[in-house]
Amino acid sequence: MTLDPVILSRLQFFWVISFHILLPAFTVGLACYIAVLEGLYLKTKDHTYFRISVFWTRIFAISFGLGVVSGIVMPFQFGTNWSRFSDTAANVVGPLMAYEGLTAFFLEASFLGVLLFGRKLVPPWAHFFAAAMVAVGTLFSSFWILALNSWMQTPAGYEIIDGRFHTLDWVAVIFNPSFPYRLAHTVTAFLVTTGFVVVGVAAYHLRRDRAVAESRNMLSMTLWLLTALVPLQVAIGDLHGLNTFHHQPAKIAGMEGHWETQAGAPLILVGWPDQKAEVTRWAVEVPYLGSLILTHQLKGVVRGLKEWPRQDRPPAAIIFWSFRVMVGIGLLMLLVVALANWLRWKGRLYDSAWFLRVCEACLPLGFVAVIAGWITTEVGRQPWVIYGLMRTADAVTPSLTGADVLVSLIVTVAVYLVVYPVTLYTMIALVRAGPAVEEEIDRPIEGLQRPLPARAAAGVQAVVESRP
Amino acid sequence: MTAPLDFVPLWTLILGFGVFMYVLMDGFDLGVGILFRRAPGDAARDIMMNSVAPIWDGNETWLVLGGVALLAAFPLAFAIILPAVYFPILVMLMSLIFRGIAFELRFKAAPSARHRWDAAFHYGSLVATLAQGFVLGAFVQGFRVEGRFFAGGSFDWLTPFSALTAVSLVFGYGLLGATWLIMKTEGTLQDWARRQARWLLVGVLLAMAAVSLWTPFLQPKIMARWFSWPNIALLSPVPIVTVWLALWLWRAIDRRAEFLPFLGTIALFTMGYVGLAISLWPNIVPHSISLWDAAASPRSQAFLLVGTLFLLPVIVGYTAWSYWVFRGKVRAGGGYH
Repeated sequence: MTLDPVILSRLQFFWVISFHILLPAFTVGLACYIAVLEGLYLKTKDHTYFRISVFWTRIFAISFGLGVVSGIVMPFQFGTNWSRFSDTAANVVGPLMAYEGLTAFFLEASFLGVLLFGRKLVPPWAHFFAAAMVAVGTLFSSFWILALNSWMQTPAGYEIIDGRFHTLDWVAVIFNPSFPYRLAHTVTAFLVTTGFVVVGVAAYHLRRDRAVAESRNMLSMTLWLLTALVPLQVAIGDLHGLNTFHHQPAKIAGMEGHWETQAGAPLILVGWPDQKAEVTRWAVEVPYLGSLILTHQLKGVVRGLKEWPRQDRPPAAIIFWSFRVMVGIGLLMLLVVALANWLRWKGRLYDSAWFLRVCEACLPLGFVAVIAGWITTEVGRQPWVIYGLMRTADAVTPSLTGADVLVSLIVTVAVYLVVYPVTLYTMIALVRAGPAVEEEIDRPIEGLQRPLPARAAAGVQAVVESRP
Repeated sequence: MTAPLDFVPLWTLILGFGVFMYVLMDGFDLGVGILFRRAPGDAARDIMMNSVAPIWDGNETWLVLGGVALLAAFPLAFAIILPAVYFPILVMLMSLIFRGIAFELRFKAAPSARHRWDAAFHYGSLVATLAQGFVLGAFVQGFRVEGRFFAGGSFDWLTPFSALTAVSLVFGYGLLGATWLIMKTEGTLQDWARRQARWLLVGVLLAMAAVSLWTPFLQPKIMARWFSWPNIALLSPVPIVTVWLALWLWRAIDRRAEFLPFLGTIALFTMGYVGLAISLWPNIVPHSISLWDAAASPRSQAFLLVGTLFLLPVIVGYTAWSYWVFRGKVRAGGGYH
């Protein structure tokens, strides 16, 4: 067996980005939630908000830390493993990534310190401001990195001179055809993912009759948000799908398991797309529904994979199923939100044990959907790294040997398999402990959290208060 | 395509500034990690970690900026250098992960598991520094380039010279860490940091001397740069100022000064950086590709420059603010509280 540096580099990229994306999927939403809680606390002085905010900020600190260090890995991959892509596309890609760093990373990192450690060192409004800046930073980051990803999916505003990309129009580059839809779909997905985590945690504590005031607040507020966002996400997803249908029809053909171009195409509910035989086996179909969804017409024409030469087709089985996982979870979420509103109307939102169990079970769903969606869009783009213009196989670093990448892949996998479970374990412990009672909250978010002897604590207090 | 303006000098300055900020800022917090296991007791370790906990991820952000600014402004250099140092970069990134999560998890771990995070923080910092030192050594030695690609082997970076620069950087970051601790702590921990700073300074000076003497022999061009007339006279202030700074720093530590040792170490690093720049100018891929040959298209450089010239001062501003919030000595018991 020969080791192919392209396949191994793709596996490595898949590995590091899949684990990395779990963190923004959580921290983007959580940063916004914390900023809202801090704002509500500043305005109402209601300590419930304060206790909830402190509780989530501790969890946020851990996930953000891991997000930073797993994120630093990402841009370096572009150089180490995909140097030909970097050389070819840097005129477009480089400034977008640099703007992410300049507008987002420094904002997040600098204000995070104040958010975590600075509650007693700065006035309350400045602490709220720091929380808001962290949230804004995460959104800026999403903006730039998704602009870049969207440009690789639907390139615009460029010209190619001597085999390398040059920009003609930066507005066209950034606001390329798929960007608005991808940005809306991804950020909403991140918010919904966080929402289900908060709901799950609140349900966990409510079922055990602990931290009741905080948990009710979390559950109620977040379910209102999800009531708005989950249906919205379904609508945005539909628009994003139509946009993909327009710009990347081969991806849609793979996602739908369509091989033949047909008017009045069915919707294949389940089946197994067979890349070699060019058919979708064991297909369960609903007539005309495929065309209806994609073209909003009963007899609309939907192109099948056979329209493209074999070497230009994405691997259909993967994206057929990842897409169904994502959509399935979306529909499940819709059901949960509907149940929640029905129970709220009945006045039984907080004491219906079976519903709280459902909420707990749904806690990780958002993460699964985000990964599945990410796989759909990225694998569906194959065999291109820049859609229709540069093949993934031509993007890899020429000097790399298969053995090099195999070693780095094994190291990366091993490190992540240690680091992620340990971090998750610590987060679960914090979640189980629940919001702290008032006296404990005087301790810092991070740093020395062992119980202090009363006299030492009083001494520290005196030192802090004596500062100008 | 002719450019009306040459953005390369400005981008060289910005990239140079970004990389130097990274070296100084992550340098001292990596240095604190390097010294971590030698520290006198758990209480001292708590204080050491708290002295950098609120600012370390801001410091590491300069590494991202250095990387993406290289990609954006000098993409050819990015595409050649990173493959050439594939394994040191991998090891550095993985080590940074371990030490990064140690900040978050050490204080939350059960007392019995704490020593594991102490080890993760220490060895993560040490190995990341060694890896960066190997990258530095490989960079100074130069890379084998064919066309637009790195054409050497995956272990070209591993040489006696790069081993020397790796060890040198451990001394250098260690000194930054020790003098940071002199500034941020008091009592026995501060006394301990002073003792560390002294022997680390000796190590740094020996390392600087060894690297400076070895470097000209790597490349005839570097030899000519320093030792041809009139350069030898014009550049002689560089080593002279460095020696003077070292003496001044030694006395500052001896006089039990609080801030000056850290400032002196920064000045020493500046001299090393200037010396390196003189040796390698005008190449960004030593010793074959110049800054101008590696530059991105003027339109891309211009687009990013507009934002950078506005954002960089803002970033420096709020970074300074966050350092200001956490100013003063770190004390036992309460961290910053």
